[in-house]
Amino acid sequence: MSTFVLLVATGLGLAGLYFLLAAGLSLIFGLMDVLNLAHGAFFALGGYAAWTTMDALEVLDPVGLRFLVALLVAAVVGYLVGAVVEKVLIARNYGDHLAQILLTIGLGFALVALLGGVYTYDPRFLPQPDWFAETTTLAGARIPNSRILIFVVAVLVLVGLLAFLNRTRHGLVIRAGVENRAMVQALGIDVARSFTLVFGIGGALAAVGGTLGAVFFNGITPGLGTTQLIFAFIVVVIGGLGSVTGTAVAAVLVALTQQFGNFYVATGAGDVAVVALLALVLLVRPQGLLGKAAR
Amino acid sequence: MTAAPVLEVRDLHVHRGGAHILQGVDFTVAPRQVTGLLGRNGVGKTTTLLAILGLLPATGSITHAGEELVGVDTHAIVQRGIGYVPEDREVFSGLTVAENLRLAARTPEAAERMDLVHDLFPILAERRAQAAGTLSGGQQQMLAIARALLNPNDLLLVDEPSKGLAPAVVIDVVEALERAATETTVLLVEQNLRVAARLATDVVVLDHGQVAHAGPMADLLADPGRTERLLGVSTVSGGATPQAPTQEDHG
Repeated sequence: MSTFVLLVATGLGLAGLYFLLAAGLSLIFGLMDVLNLAHGAFFALGGYAAWTTMDALEVLDPVGLRFLVALLVAAVVGYLVGAVVEKVLIARNYGDHLAQILLTIGLGFALVALLGGVYTYDPRFLPQPDWFAETTTLAGARIPNSRILIFVVAVLVLVGLLAFLNRTRHGLVIRAGVENRAMVQALGIDVARSFTLVFGIGGALAAVGGTLGAVFFNGITPGLGTTQLIFAFIVVVIGGLGSVTGTAVAAVLVALTQQFGNFYVATGAGDVAVVALLALVLLVRPQGLLGKAAR
Repeated sequence: MTAAPVLEVRDLHVHRGGAHILQGVDFTVAPRQVTGLLGRNGVGKTTTLLAILGLLPATGSITHAGEELVGVDTHAIVQRGIGYVPEDREVFSGLTVAENLRLAARTPEAAERMDLVHDLFPILAERRAQAAGTLSGGQQQMLAIARALLNPNDLLLVDEPSKGLAPAVVIDVVEALERAATETTVLLVEQNLRVAARLATDVVVLDHGQVAHAGPMADLLADPGRTERLLGVSTVSGGATPQAPTQEDHG
């Protein structure tokens, strides 16, 4: 029983990371029809932004406060990089999928290489409060607090994102734009401003994910986000393009499937099971769990 | 002295999917009246509206109140005071009725005009919390028209407002457009000649991507041979009499 609870807790922590990486990806694809293959690099960039902040603010005590500041700095860096990438590279290539893919693949490679050049390819460990490494006993299982923290942050981000989408005019424009971008423009709304905002938000979420990923994976490496990107894409497709709630549900499904498959069947079986889950969803509900069918 | 046209289209060319759809279209839309844009299926009526809105790349000239629209972004064109009621309604199905209206409200006057819209279509007030995708076709059309009426536009582009609607709903829609036409100029694309005849004062008929006839609606209706040749419908049987549409119009 305790093993089962531990697997669920670890799975939910991983689901939190998948959600943070996939939510922005889903909104960007759903609203802007852009497949951002550099998104994994934004994840790593966030991890390094947090590491650099922690390093620079060594005098700031306690470590928990320093970590919180680093998390916020990573989010701001992620937002700015996302917004600048949209303005400089993506904005002039809307509708040209080949150009978008080539650009974002190239940008992803360049960012990873840049991070490797600056920080080396060895893992950088993020200083953390002792509380992160301690455990909380739940139903007989000793669950690392870091897993609980990651899950709680992801839930808070989900609640905040839903509040933003459902209670603000920007959110209204984004929800409508995911459904029918041309009609939003035909109502006199400048969708391009929303595009920049969404790209920035996606970058910020990925960067927060990268910071927490450095905790989850015991260090950050330049390629860490890129290796997680494939699972984030699977989460986006299973959840339904443009659906934040669908992304959250799919993140939990994918992470738990992976954890249980890897533990109870064989190492690697969880990854195969995730691909099988993707195939099943595509066969039964091609638009994803909470996505809308293409018109 | 005739008033300056609200819209002037000159030598408009549009290509879609490799086909040359509009091949030098010229027409004007006079202020404070309904101008019908008619023609058989596929002659380029909807394409013309989309080009005016900047939703399709076009060459030539489209001027609204003397200002050029070709090359201007769609949202900027609409902000100049052009409302749009699209073919097939295109309401945001995942948003509620109230959210659809809130999204469309772009001017300070929209708040007070909400009463006008609810007065015109009381059902929208009753269904304000309902997802627009779950409304009937007629209610969706009312919502699409309401979105356009929410702002004080000086030109409304209305595409096939009676398409697929029950006759009783068509009457409601026609009456709403008649009321709208008392304060704004309307360019109306309509397949139902009876609806077009009731609403439009002037008419522009497209054929093979060009204007085949332009002038008063009454002149077109008075020439059954031309009407049948250009539109494929007969006015002799009474199908184009300018009165309230009936069940037969939508058979």
